Amino acid sequence: MDAIPDQPGRLAENIVYFARALRAAGIPVGPGAVLDALEAVKAAGVGTRDDFYWTLHAVFVKRHEHSLLFDQAFRIFFRRRGYVDQLLAMMLPLAPAPPQAPKAGATRVHEALFSGLDDKLKKEREIELDTRMTVSDREILQHKDFAQMTSAEITAAKEAMKRLVMPLAEVRTRRLAPHSRGHQIDIRRTLRASMKGGGDFIDLRFIGPKTKPPPVVALLDISGSMSQYSRIFLHFLHDLTDARKRVSTFLFGTRLTNVTRALRERDPDDALGACSAAVPDWSGGTRIASSLRLFNRQWARRVLGQGAIVLLITDGLERDADDNLAFEIDRLHRSCRRLIWLNPLLRFEGFEARARGVKTMLPHVDEFRPIHNLESMAGLVDTLRKGGAGAGDPKAWMQKVA
Amino acid sequence: MSKTSPRPLPASIDATVDLLAESEYLADRSLGTVLYLALKMGRPIFLEGEAGVGKTEIAKVLAGTLGRRLIRLQCYEGLDVAAAVYEWNYAAQMIAIRVAEAEGEHDRARLEHDVFSERFLIKRPLLQALEPDTAGAPVLLIDEIDRTDEAFEAFLLEVLGDFQITIPEMGTVKAAQPPIVVITSNRTREVHDALKRRCLYHWVGYPNAERELAIVRAKVPGVGKKLTEQVVAFVQRLRKQDLFKSPGVAETLDWAAALSELDVVALDPATVSDTLGVLLKYQDDIARLEGSKVKDLLDEVKSELRAAE
Repeated sequence: MDAIPDQPGRLAENIVYFARALRAAGIPVGPGAVLDALEAVKAAGVGTRDDFYWTLHAVFVKRHEHSLLFDQAFRIFFRRRGYVDQLLAMMLPLAPAPPQAPKAGATRVHEALFSGLDDKLKKEREIELDTRMTVSDREILQHKDFAQMTSAEITAAKEAMKRLVMPLAEVRTRRLAPHSRGHQIDIRRTLRASMKGGGDFIDLRFIGPKTKPPPVVALLDISGSMSQYSRIFLHFLHDLTDARKRVSTFLFGTRLTNVTRALRERDPDDALGACSAAVPDWSGGTRIASSLRLFNRQWARRVLGQGAIVLLITDGLERDADDNLAFEIDRLHRSCRRLIWLNPLLRFEGFEARARGVKTMLPHVDEFRPIHNLESMAGLVDTLRKGGAGAGDPKAWMQKVA
Repeated sequence: MSKTSPRPLPASIDATVDLLAESEYLADRSLGTVLYLALKMGRPIFLEGEAGVGKTEIAKVLAGTLGRRLIRLQCYEGLDVAAAVYEWNYAAQMIAIRVAEAEGEHDRARLEHDVFSERFLIKRPLLQALEPDTAGAPVLLIDEIDRTDEAFEAFLLEVLGDFQITIPEMGTVKAAQPPIVVITSNRTREVHDALKRRCLYHWVGYPNAERELAIVRAKVPGVGKKLTEQVVAFVQRLRKQDLFKSPGVAETLDWAAALSELDVVALDPATVSDTLGVLLKYQDDIARLEGSKVKDLLDEVKSELRAAE
């Protein structure tokens, strides 16, 4: 234990390699974290395997969901280095070239430290590979290739985004900011301003409520019936993510995928590519109820916290429109500030809310905006800002079919 | 919790776990490791987890057992620098300016220097935490950081990275001894990576049956052995159910205390149904357990406990 500070070579090297393996596995680990890890291991000392595990865990894992990845990587890596490189090279086309073969000493040290795991790991490896290759027969899993965006399209999209006025564009926060017609005297600025004149005049400055756009959470249906629209919607969401701070995007078909990080790529083509890679269920079936349920369960409390607006983008063509769907959409409605349903259903003007899924969901949304002729971002932007209050009232649609 | 005299930081992971156990906080080894590292390396610790798993309690226990002062900053939407860090005492400043005027003081630079001195500074929690303390650096609890907005988070970066605060009118205040910082979050939104990078991260999960049993015994000692076992086994089973919000440890303790107030010796379906509101806080979840569901769960618990005997 005491030998660590004197003999930093092997362990330090291993931690550096381990950090690289973590990076390849998708945990963002910077060089700073590696230094921290070395310091932490020095501070804690390598006692048992468990302590070593939690020491590295404390430094490298910054998100709960990374715990699992870390666990896998740790078990594989500290059994035998090199194995993880093989595995990564096999799994990921982009994994870096494997580092040099481990030196004989290092391997021995690690086998001595963490022996007896070989058999268990072999089994795990088989299982792991198995889950990746299995395809549920109830789902059609496929990836999607989007046509690249032309520069003219990008320009047009940017223009359209500038005109975008979302419902509830700005909400009042509880924070105060300098304001010319504020309701409260800003003593700090007043005092500073008065001092300029030597204190003879008190030049009042005010503060008032600060407004800012609320977070947006988009739930985009990517099932077969929506496939022709997914590109335009994704571009829209990418631009929205680019223009605003707090935008979370989820895609759902038969399962729910969070693509918020993928959409943060600056380049629209990269972002769409990353999205496509993350989602296995393009153009499959839809399970709106179960997707919403999953969202309510796992994400609602994490992303709807600060009075978010939810953009639900789906055609509402759900076969199993039962009580579950009503329950989940109601739950969603109650946990966000405003629920806006964008429906690109049918390209003709005579759309009526007759489908069962649509009928079930309609009473629970704040705004319902069907889109006809969805061919450009401009059209989408216009639909979103059209008419102001009352334009998207779902009651009107419900009365039409009643 | 009685305040003990100041004591040195624990010297090993075991000592850390023991230290917490002294105040009846039963931590698992992973939490002990993270805490020990945080204390040793002088880094903030970032605790995330569901409500009611004892995140805030860790800071309280640390302050109590180490004999340090606990400074708590409860976060809320709109929390600003004036409420969290410092504020100038404007009334006193105004008077000082008037007095200076009356005395015929016209040197503006000097006046400004006098008015923006420590004398007129009202210190709020973050600035207080940087002050030296005879008992050793205080424990700074930044509670529920996910409730503030990103703007405030960005402000914390300086405080947590270098343990210093820059006051534009005065200069930089740096802590001689960095405080022990505990940050908690319920994950109602994602806290930015830049902030997390400066901390040691730990996810506080639900305890396993054995540890939860020990926790209930330590915290609610008046409850009978049989009832305690049943309570813990029932709650553990409840967590496996498909619920919107699973009961935390705090709920288990509340429930055990409530049952003991009601002089219950052993669980029966009627009592459970009547007191379910202590455990579950969503109507949907309570509705889900209506009917025979409670009885089924209870039967499972009882047969499980019988088998274990």
